Amino acid sequence: MTDESVSDFAVDWDHTDPRWVHDPYPIWEDLRGRCPVAHTERYGGAWFPATHAGVSAVATDTEHFTSRTVVIGNGRPTEEAPPAPIGVAPPITSDPPFHQIARRLVLPVFAPGPVRDLEPMVRALCGRLLDALAGQREVNAATQYAQFIPPAVIIRMLGFPEADEELFREFVHVVLEGVNHPVEERIEEFAPIEAYLDAQIEDHRANPRDDLTSYLLGVEVAGQRLSIEHVRGTMVLVLIAGIDTTWSAIGASLWHLASHPDDLARLVAEPDLMPIAVEEFLRYYAPVTMARLVKDDVDFLGCPMKRDDWILLGFPAANRDPSVFPDADRFIIDRLENRHLAFGLGIHRCAGSNLARMELRVAIEEFIKRYPKFELIDADAVTWSQGQVRGPRHLPIRVG
Amino acid sequence: MRVSIDGDRCQGHGRCFNLAPDVFGFDDLGNGVVLVESAEDERTIRLARLAQVNCPEHAISVDD
Ligand code: HEM
Repeated sequence: MTDESVSDFAVDWDHTDPRWVHDPYPIWEDLRGRCPVAHTERYGGAWFPATHAGVSAVATDTEHFTSRTVVIGNGRPTEEAPPAPIGVAPPITSDPPFHQIARRLVLPVFAPGPVRDLEPMVRALCGRLLDALAGQREVNAATQYAQFIPPAVIIRMLGFPEADEELFREFVHVVLEGVNHPVEERIEEFAPIEAYLDAQIEDHRANPRDDLTSYLLGVEVAGQRLSIEHVRGTMVLVLIAGIDTTWSAIGASLWHLASHPDDLARLVAEPDLMPIAVEEFLRYYAPVTMARLVKDDVDFLGCPMKRDDWILLGFPAANRDPSVFPDADRFIIDRLENRHLAFGLGIHRCAGSNLARMELRVAIEEFIKRYPKFELIDADAVTWSQGQVRGPRHLPIRVG
Repeated sequence: MRVSIDGDRCQGHGRCFNLAPDVFGFDDLGNGVVLVESAEDERTIRLARLAQVNCPEHAISVDD
């Protein structure tokens, strides 16, 4: 974050500004009303479409925009990131036509069938986490519950030792929250992650088994094994994309229920409502915002975009656009028509969305079964993460 | 009523087969497929339309 504070988000926005971090929704509403595509000179130059139409137009246009770098860095993107179409973490950093090849490799792993098979494991895990809280009247739902669920699932899928969960939460923080650190520092921060993954890859080479790591090492495209960079990149991607995001979604949903007793009572009384409610949690508290880069100078959405300008795709802002969602700023737990963009739009639709949705549903189901009543202890004590994944990081609640 | 999915638009969000599993299924990649292509009963029509209005990619058509 730059030191000067923002005076007008329309011409100088900053997604790390404390006001944006704490409560971005009024800022986006204001932008939609007077300047639907905001600009900033920060980060070397960046745009932010605040409407559903603007976000959709960019997300579905791979001719003018590249996914080469999807997390906004300190300044203009350097050429350090390997060029599209492959990128550091396929498929999220890949462009067509390679993107489709990389995506097809991972889709079967996260398809509805395999995800369904994981459900009993997730349910048992949630039960164990809740058992460990027995007797406590005050619980930090973010750090004592939500945070533990996604890493356990991903580690199981990758076939890493279960004891390494703690390590992974640290890795994710390094990757996501260190985006503004100087490059030399970042390389240093990344070293232990690379070393860990290389050791796991070696071990899986020597002892192949039935997991995602062995699958990536063995799978062939046009008769060729994947490069080691591709394998490592996809492993890093599922670790990053799968943990902080889902943790944030579970945390935000629990935050909502802790501060809206009517919705909590209704979900407890009507468990069948859960799948519909989950989509409204996802719409209303969509945790993920992704970036694109402008490929070449272009006038788009009425804006003079320059090559290598950033575009921040505010899926959460699109989800609050009243021209698409009636009463967009109201959380309606039984909203039946809900074309939300929490998992993105177009060719990069979250490959893990079936898994994320299942984890979110099961985590909430088990929590409210154990605690049919809970409430925030102190609304002001709740803190939200800064960056492109938004969720509560400290969520003290009173249970029982 | 006839239901179809435009395979070029579908990106596998999974909204249709979650909301209306009797009408929509999925393939190995998790993309939606139509299980019941035509029907006249009210329940099927209602479910098909529910899926249609929830598809983020506007990939589902329901014609009378
Ligand atoms: C509630 C939780 C989650 C949310 C809100 C979320 C959101 C997103 C979004 C918005 C994108 C699109 C990125 C773009 O357009 O550049 C994406 C991509 C992706 N996500 Fe998720 N995600 C979640 C959980 C997960 C999980 C659990 C996994 C897997 C373990 C995962 C794996 C991926 C992958 C592999 C991609 C890249 C797909 C591609 O580029 O083709 N995500 N996610």
